[in-house]
Amino acid sequence: MSDPVSALQGQTYDGFARITEAGLHGMITLRADLASKKLAKALKTQGFALPEPRRVMASGDRSALWMSPDELLLILPYDQAAPTVAALEGALAGEFVLVADVSDARALFRISGARAPEVLAKLCPVDFARLAPDEVRRTRAAQVAAALWCSAPDEFSLISFRSVAGYVMGVLEHSARPGSELTCA
Amino acid sequence: MLTLTCPCCGVAAEETELAPGGEAHLKRFGPGASDEDFETYMFARKNPKGVHFERWRHAYGCGKWFLAARCTATLEVFGTYPAQTTEPPADLIARIKTRRPDWEGCK
Amino acid sequence: MSTRLATGGRLIDRTKPLNFTFNGKRLRGFAGDTLASALLGANQMLLGRSFKYHRPRGLVGSGVEEPNALVGLGRSGRFEPDQRTTTTELFDGAETVSQNHWPTLDLDIGVVNNWAYRFLPAGFYYKTFMFPRFAWKHLFEPIVRRSAGLGRAPSLRDEDRYEQAYGFCDVLVAGGGVAGLAAALAAARKGARVIVLEQTAHWGGRAPVDGGTIDGQSPDDWIRNTLQTIEKMENVTLRRRCMAAGLYDHGYVLGYEQIADTTPGDGRPRHRLWRIRAARVVTATGALERPLAFAGNDVPGVMLASGLRDYLVNWAVSPGDRTVIVTNNDDAYRTALALHEAGLVVPAILDARASVTGALPDAARALGIRVLEGRGIAKVHGGKRVTGVSVCAQAGEGSVLEDIACDAVAMSGGWSPIVHLWSHCGGKLLWDAPRAMFRPDAARPPTGADGQPMAVAVGAANGVFALSAILAEAKDTAPAPAIPAPDDEAPMAPVWVMPQGAPDALRYKMWLDFQNDVKVSDVQLAAREGYASVEHTKRYTTLGMATDQGKLSNINGLAILSDALGQPIPATGTTTFRPPYTPISFGAIAGEARGEIFQPLRRTPMHEWHATHGAHWEPVGLWRRPYTYLRHGEGLHDSVRREVRNTRAAVGLLDASTLGKIVVKGPDAGKFLDMLYTNMMSTLPVGKCRYGLMCSENGFLSDDGVVVRLSEDSWLCHTTSGGADRIHGWMEDWLQCEWWDWKVHTVNLTEQFAQVAVVGPNARKLLEKLGGMDVSAAALPFMTFTEGVLAGIRARVFRISFSGELSYEIAVPASEGMAFWTACLQAGEDLGLMPYGTEALHIMRAEKGFIMIGDETDGTVIPQDLGLGWAISKKKADYLGKRAQERAHMANPDRWQLVGLETLDGSVLPDGVLALAAGVNGNGQKNTQGRVTSTYFSPTLNKGIAMGLVRHGPQRMGEVLDFPTEGGKVVQARICDPVFYDKDGEKQNV
Ligand SMILES: [Zn+2]
Repeated sequence: MSDPVSALQGQTYDGFARITEAGLHGMITLRADLASKKLAKALKTQGFALPEPRRVMASGDRSALWMSPDELLLILPYDQAAPTVAALEGALAGEFVLVADVSDARALFRISGARAPEVLAKLCPVDFARLAPDEVRRTRAAQVAAALWCSAPDEFSLISFRSVAGYVMGVLEHSARPGSELTCA
Repeated sequence: MLTLTCPCCGVAAEETELAPGGEAHLKRFGPGASDEDFETYMFARKNPKGVHFERWRHAYGCGKWFLAARCTATLEVFGTYPAQTTEPPADLIARIKTRRPDWEGCK
Repeated sequence: MSTRLATGGRLIDRTKPLNFTFNGKRLRGFAGDTLASALLGANQMLLGRSFKYHRPRGLVGSGVEEPNALVGLGRSGRFEPDQRTTTTELFDGAETVSQNHWPTLDLDIGVVNNWAYRFLPAGFYYKTFMFPRFAWKHLFEPIVRRSAGLGRAPSLRDEDRYEQAYGFCDVLVAGGGVAGLAAALAAARKGARVIVLEQTAHWGGRAPVDGGTIDGQSPDDWIRNTLQTIEKMENVTLRRRCMAAGLYDHGYVLGYEQIADTTPGDGRPRHRLWRIRAARVVTATGALERPLAFAGNDVPGVMLASGLRDYLVNWAVSPGDRTVIVTNNDDAYRTALALHEAGLVVPAILDARASVTGALPDAARALGIRVLEGRGIAKVHGGKRVTGVSVCAQAGEGSVLEDIACDAVAMSGGWSPIVHLWSHCGGKLLWDAPRAMFRPDAARPPTGADGQPMAVAVGAANGVFALSAILAEAKDTAPAPAIPAPDDEAPMAPVWVMPQGAPDALRYKMWLDFQNDVKVSDVQLAAREGYASVEHTKRYTTLGMATDQGKLSNINGLAILSDALGQPIPATGTTTFRPPYTPISFGAIAGEARGEIFQPLRRTPMHEWHATHGAHWEPVGLWRRPYTYLRHGEGLHDSVRREVRNTRAAVGLLDASTLGKIVVKGPDAGKFLDMLYTNMMSTLPVGKCRYGLMCSENGFLSDDGVVVRLSEDSWLCHTTSGGADRIHGWMEDWLQCEWWDWKVHTVNLTEQFAQVAVVGPNARKLLEKLGGMDVSAAALPFMTFTEGVLAGIRARVFRISFSGELSYEIAVPASEGMAFWTACLQAGEDLGLMPYGTEALHIMRAEKGFIMIGDETDGTVIPQDLGLGWAISKKKADYLGKRAQERAHMANPDRWQLVGLETLDGSVLPDGVLALAAGVNGNGQKNTQGRVTSTYFSPTLNKGIAMGLVRHGPQRMGEVLDFPTEGGKVVQARICDPVFYDKDGEKQNV
């Protein structure tokens, strides 16, 4: 077994907010009828709770993000992704579902600090003042697709595709440069 | 730059988060169709000045296609609705008629 | 001369002197100055030259309307031309240069145009285009080239940085004057989330200069108190130096924030473009004073009365010792009073109105200032500077009644509400005849997504000038029904030409557009020549096409046009108000998108390895793929040939990670893929691979790739590198919008996997060395796949070939892509392994006659054209594109079809060349019968090979075609089988 590496291998930048490529995380795309009881049960067995539309449900090291009316993104430790995919496929055998390991297709960034929303407000057409605390927003970060949510006090998480991780780091860094704060201290 | 509320996820998305898909409610004609029907399906588009039904995809969002009724002249949005339908919902039609009494309907 | 007064100046801080230069001359101003006030304070009246005649130009105004006083600002990577001095804040060390003169500002040879004005009338450019070419080339072009153009374009990369940001609010207030602040406060008190944008560095607009009382307070006090209240409200954001540049659909407002213009190099973004979405917009943008059209109104020293007053009150700058006021309204009297208070002389106020009464004129009279009723200016004296005016009767033809010596003239032709934002997105105007102004028609506002008004105009922008009325209006943020005149002011009288009966000789010297040298006579000429539309007249005369975009000239120009056409002003209408309100920087528009982050660069997990191993990049979509790996001292061709020969002889390694990988799963997945592909995918056995084609509904070939049956209900569809997102979107479109009852899920796994192609006779040996999987011919035959562990990494191995060699494509998790690549390199060391790039890939596929989407296809080619009939199912009732392919011209046997082409001399055909046919077409062009779609030098066959589409091609094997190439040469090529290499597939099937 080789050592898997994330796209930017934990690169960080300290500006008026701190930008971190958060390393590898297990991510599972689940496409299914989200109203299915069997699904809810299978998820619960794996430690996930079903989120409301456009919300994230986090518990411990696991989060379930609502991505679309028939799609969830499950986040968990990297080495647990493959066994969880297998377990979900087993539990949902015969159902009309698609379970896919996408852990290696994504990059996860953390934007932390009291001014984290100001970094993102330069890149995303999102009204951060009106974003619910547990809301997942899929949107555009500059020129690429992104999903973001407030993952802790003063911390946003942002997921992009892996191939553009360098670009995303570049635009986040540009937006977090000291002196470019959007509001007065 | 317009904004549309995606009926699939509820996000009020701006145009840069959306991908346009042309006229809505086209009926597909496949093998066996007459040349005329196929031509209409493939090439003939309404392009009205006024009420128009369009396809949009929430491309930088939930990824779903949806339909929108919009005035092409003023950009007033009468409503958005799911793509899984062959005609606009009745309440939307009624709303358009109150806003545009002269509108001749979908035909 | 213009000078700095010893006292006063509400915006300057005399304890903070700032040094700057103008054309190398060292000058001094104060903190709070604009470049304009500092230049004027330093007696620099002459600031530039006009565009066409190169006439001397000085300041006319004090704000965004200024057409003349543009300079080049900064140096090297921070040089920028056409900076408006009136809106540029002074900073220490500012370097400025004047523009549009040759050789010097004071002595301009181009001023000869000035004496030739009779030969450079309206439509000069249009008319010269009608002359024979030699006249244009030898006579006009040299003159135009010498005299045209304003500033010098920067030649160096911009050293500053820029950014954009998104904002959201319930109410956006454009303009931070009294009306804007009052409206913001009213909205904020109702709980709205408010953003206020003020384009200057100061709140309060004109009120502090113009005076009066607001709620019993002086303007300065009211502004300070109101700001204090607003600043405490959490729901209000105030931004100075931020202009509302444009109003667009659905309440979208662009705000142009100038952050670091006065602190170059401090690391902050120079400009920020705000992209604000506002539920409602309040335009509180004020009004602009209009010039008067009299002979010599362009001589430096003739200024707008309000501008002159601003210099006096805000910056303690006196434009001259003796200032004559010429006006058609009461407001200009405020300038007379301010001059008098500053101890300067006002020899006379020339008022075009026959009878002048009211508080302001009375105040002037009380101070002993001469007020001449029914008078105007016949002519201004002076060249680079006003020396005096000749007075005439406004009602007459310009007979001189007296001469008055003066060194400045303050003119006022009335005020025009700034209706730009209101108009940008469809708001309509009405003509207010008594006050001679277009103002917003509240009954026809711009409307938003809900069809409701999305903007409301307040204050002077709405034609409401009286402070008391502005406050009343702000209370309900709705325009007052009856527009009151400013407090205690008598009505103005429209004056479009001064004197009204001025003869041609005077009209030739009445400027409308100071920068572009458009005069009253030009607009009248345009009308005589048949230009009835104001938009046409604008283009013909260039009226309003200067950098101020007609802010000063528009209303005067269209009034004169209306008069010439004998129609009322509203019948002529205005030209279109287009955003941005004033020019904004390209940097702000580009934002962060420059350099490394100009656009997303997609990197495969092995990207860095390629970069450090000689990769010469080829862009593929947003990916960069190695075209070839250059070795030291090697040219591109040699490198590519080495890679092809080595792959065919030993083994090559290709990063194929960019290939699209979409999983399609569900009970109806097979049925769905049968609709998507031209061939049958539902019958593909589990574990097997099949090459497939996808067409648009129009029948044209859109994408291709190998489809793999992963399990009973799931398939993996490979797409082209550039096509992954498009094809995934295409699948979702059909599933969501047409066959929504079919049970199919898709997921785009392109980036989940790094994919590596191991290609060549030694490929199997290499995989065996990696270990962990049986990859023998028996266990893993051609066009099958298996899953397991290879080199200790989870892997899916596909036995497919795009080169004709024994070939495996291995997909591993992207996070382990680099590890797998390294393992391959190590295992291949003694097997002759070399990585190869996309060019070797292309050559090897061409040698095998495989088509490439984008080369053999261009959106007009159907699979049948490419000899791919075998990949089109005859059994299926339907697939996307099938009906289109049944159309008569699609089934036409005359369509050009795919063949191989080999040149008789072994040379490489140029790409895209056409094959000649006998005769000529209706346009006299030679007929054609085919074209080259792919062409390469084949290192394997040591000669040029090509593929092309030729009429009846497959039936014409052996025929020789003529291909004309550059320089008239003709290359001959013989039609042959497109499979040049190993036709029977013996090499790949081992
Ligand atoms: Zn959506």
